[in-house]
Amino acid sequence: MHEYSLVRAMVDRVEQEARARNATAISRLVVRIGAMSGVEPELFASAFTLCREGILAEAELDVRRSQVVWACPRCATAIPAGGVLRCVACDAPAKMVTGDEILLEQIEMEVP
Amino acid sequence: MCETCGCGDPNKVSVEVHDRILSVNDQTAAHNREHFVEGGVFAVNLMGSPGSGKTAVLEATARALAGRGRIGAIAGDLETERDADRLRAVGVPAAAITTGSACHLDAEMVHKSLHHFPWRELDYLFVENVGNLVCPAIYDLGQAVNVVALSVTEGEDKPLKYPVMFRKADLVLLTKVDLLPHLDFRVEAVLDALARVMPQRDVLKVSARTGEGVAGWIAWLEGRRAAPPKG
Repeated sequence: MHEYSLVRAMVDRVEQEARARNATAISRLVVRIGAMSGVEPELFASAFTLCREGILAEAELDVRRSQVVWACPRCATAIPAGGVLRCVACDAPAKMVTGDEILLEQIEMEVP
Repeated sequence: MCETCGCGDPNKVSVEVHDRILSVNDQTAAHNREHFVEGGVFAVNLMGSPGSGKTAVLEATARALAGRGRIGAIAGDLETERDADRLRAVGVPAAAITTGSACHLDAEMVHKSLHHFPWRELDYLFVENVGNLVCPAIYDLGQAVNVVALSVTEGEDKPLKYPVMFRKADLVLLTKVDLLPHLDFRVEAVLDALARVMPQRDVLKVSARTGEGVAGWIAWLEGRRAAPPKG
């Protein structure tokens, strides 16, 4: 279960931003987790509840998901997930457009 | 002023970050990578399930590279130094990272272990990750390549079940192929599964026990080592 260590890394980052802006509390965090990021949104959320203390005690967590989208890097044709990951026309390996994100997008904080 | 939720509270600010949660790990990994490139050391992050044959592959690699390339290993395990001990027994300088309960290595653990390890004297540094097909996939360690060991005693559909890991692989080593005559494992089925998760599918069949395929694996390593580093 690596979600806990991810949450720890996120909390460190958030606390650093909060200090830089003299925030008194964090009210909301927005994260984006891709369907093929290797992170389980539910586990991430439950790991977050274990780390919700101090300045984050009242923080809400908004987990946004993104679907896996593959495309040809040459002709940009979408390549369906689950199929062979090559563009038939260009014979190029598919590239993941979205779906592997593990991002902290937004921090909402209360400042004096 | 809070602009996102429209609450109008003047004491709320919304900060756009858009940063990878693992950015600190990424920075340490980039630092490791710089060291490796500048030291002329080709670093391999070797991943796979427990029992997929990672240590046996390294033992065979050490035998095959004897006199051709200097290799060393950092072996990650939850407990014990057994893998490192096995590698030392075949003459490979090896350091152990015992992770306790952590299911993966991260860039910082690798960085710390380098301080006590003569890695600059090596041509190849293998980082044998914790046996796990999930967690290690998301942590960059600073490696030049990711290699995933998948043994023929595991299921043909493993790549479909653990797509994140196989997508990150530069090479899949299909291990224990000397057992194929005794199993119902269909190589073509695993190749098909890999093509659905790995855009640039690259697979080699090896048996550490009989030595089958080891020459091809060494040629792959030597070819990649000679190629200019990516990114």
